[in-house]
Amino acid sequence: MDTDDEFMSTVSSEEDMLPDDSDNDLSGVDDFGFDDEPDPDLDIHHDIGQKKRAPYDVKFTVYQPQDIQQQQDVLVNEVNMILDISKEEAAILLRYFRWNKERLLEDYMDRPNQVLEAAGLSQTTSDPPKLEVIPGFCCDICCEDEGGLQSFALKCGHRFCVDCYRHYLGQKIREEGEAARIQCPAEGCNIIIDARSLDLLVTAELTERYHKLLNRTYVEDKETLKWCPAPDCQNAIECGIKKKDLPRIVPTVSCLCSHRFCFGCILNDHQPAPCELVKKWLKKCADDSETANWISANTKECPKCNSTIEKNGGCNHMTCRKCKHEFCWMCMGLWSEHGTSWYNCNRFEEKSGTDARDAQAKSRVSLERYLHYYNRYANHEQSARLDKDLYTKTEKKMVQLQKESGMSWIEVQYLSSASMALQTCRQTLMWTYAFAFYLARNNLTEIFEDNQKDLELAVESLSEMFEKPVNELADSKLKVDIMDKTSYCNKRRIILLDDTAQNLAEGLRSLYLSPVWLRIKS
Amino acid sequence: MSSSKRITKELTDCTTTPPPNISITLPSDSNISLWHITLSAPAESVYYPGKFGIIVQFPLEYPFKPPQITFATRIYHPNITNETNGSICLSLLKTDNWKPSTKIVTVLEAIRQLLVEPQPDDPLETRIAEQYKNERKEFEKEARAYVSKYAKGQVKFNVVDGAGAAGEGQQAGRAS
Ligand SMILES: [Zn+2]
Ligand SMILES: [Zn+2]
Ligand SMILES: [Zn+2]
Ligand SMILES: [Zn+2]
Ligand SMILES: [Zn+2]
Ligand SMILES: [Zn+2]
Repeated sequence: MDTDDEFMSTVSSEEDMLPDDSDNDLSGVDDFGFDDEPDPDLDIHHDIGQKKRAPYDVKFTVYQPQDIQQQQDVLVNEVNMILDISKEEAAILLRYFRWNKERLLEDYMDRPNQVLEAAGLSQTTSDPPKLEVIPGFCCDICCEDEGGLQSFALKCGHRFCVDCYRHYLGQKIREEGEAARIQCPAEGCNIIIDARSLDLLVTAELTERYHKLLNRTYVEDKETLKWCPAPDCQNAIECGIKKKDLPRIVPTVSCLCSHRFCFGCILNDHQPAPCELVKKWLKKCADDSETANWISANTKECPKCNSTIEKNGGCNHMTCRKCKHEFCWMCMGLWSEHGTSWYNCNRFEEKSGTDARDAQAKSRVSLERYLHYYNRYANHEQSARLDKDLYTKTEKKMVQLQKESGMSWIEVQYLSSASMALQTCRQTLMWTYAFAFYLARNNLTEIFEDNQKDLELAVESLSEMFEKPVNELADSKLKVDIMDKTSYCNKRRIILLDDTAQNLAEGLRSLYLSPVWLRIKS
Repeated sequence: MSSSKRITKELTDCTTTPPPNISITLPSDSNISLWHITLSAPAESVYYPGKFGIIVQFPLEYPFKPPQITFATRIYHPNITNETNGSICLSLLKTDNWKPSTKIVTVLEAIRQLLVEPQPDDPLETRIAEQYKNERKEFEKEARAYVSKYAKGQVKFNVVDGAGAAGEGQQAGRAS
């Protein structure tokens, strides 16, 4: 078995190739050329993962709500002072220019009137907004004309009754989620409602939502900022990755809330597969869900005695309760053949060309091939879930374990590390199968499959240790084994990610991915 | 807030000063929110002298939500779906662009203008849009053929593709 040699050589070549940029990693994001960077002295950055950067790592910064607010305030104050306009107007101008201060100032200096008009601000600075009762007024929206009707108009002079204005604003803010670009209700008028007028017209509850939405535009308008998609998380992440970089790198970022996601497509971390493949793959799976449905079943029959066997942990090593037959959940093959040098569970064997001559046979092979990869993809997804369930149970038992064995909380932490490793590694393994579906067959991809196999073997054996009953888990020999296996799993994952990330970055994509499989429609 | 006052006002305005080439009827006296419009294609359009039935349904939230417009008469046009009760793509009717002070007259005028000047870059029927851009003669021929086949004589509002009497009930069901 040449795994160890390969392991060594991958690591050493890795070291040679890494550009030595470890010294400037903490210098912030300057090298991405952000022009609206707040003063670094404000100390509002939360840099994570800024150790030595691997080829699959990207630079990013997490901002919390107060950071986002502060960045906006700084810009609004600057424009407010330089241009001598109110803060409300400065904010409207900034939003109109998508928070590009430099372009705003440049354009404004050149032709202030056109800029104000285009942004929906008329030139005359006027008195504070107020409600008025105008004799003989008829509202153009509801056609109400009774005396004493309160009305409101923006600087453009288009006047409507207060009820209509409120209804209009309520619908825009509550239903349409609009804030930065709400125009005057008059046909063809592009004057934008400012925060002070809005405060006058709507309820406090709506004002709050309005300001929340305004805040969102700051993040949504900037290409380098994205919201963390975790439910209830209010942080935003800044990353300089451009759309055109996505075929060559998978920009996984991780929020302070611990959610890991792809900055390119916002989906959960899908390294090593690039965004476009993920999109293709998910579409294919959705289209073929019917065919593949049977796979998600939690039970299978023992290949030897046909008794029903339920999978309740993440591990693929199954032992039949009845006949003690040991087999692999994935390929139903003998388990004794796994974990040796000729372990082949991850690789799809292309049948020799002879029996795939006619179209029907070809389409059958193509389906089998897809199911091979889908099976393994779905299985890791499911196993990750099962491992997690198992951990929740184990966590309770850890407390028990401490009481009975006198181990400290720190001493039982190895179980939580093992669980974390299982989660991340399975997440990666899952996507290696989607990735492999689109791979060509050459020596590059053989290395990929070897890496995949090594990671999978490591993960399955850690998963198996993890399933042991609690009293056995306390055994110091097993504890050391679990700790070793955990760090080995993490190491194998890094090797796999390094290898694929480097090949993608070096533009070997065309060599790497099979045009045949990429052409598959869905 | 009731929309009936506004709709009544618009109906009165439309009857006292009718917009050119347009006639309005209410299929049911008790329902002011459903209008049947007969639009005579402008002479400068390829659809002349066709007469087109247009159904206007005012939603409950009108005028804060735009009216729903459908073409009861089939028409060969890049921005109108090629079917009975075809839907129409008009930027001023999109939620983001709709202004509550916009009157139905303006909408009808925009539709009339769309017959004169289709917008192939914002199509609902991509094939027709392509043809409009690249083979104008073919497009015009086909559009005229549709006019002769569907847009001649008395405008019908309830016909389900040649079958004659699909019934008022279905129409009302659709509209409510
Ligand atoms: Zn009103
Ligand atoms: Zn206005
Ligand atoms: Zn988060
Ligand atoms: Zn992605
Ligand atoms: Zn058995
Ligand atoms: Zn197997």
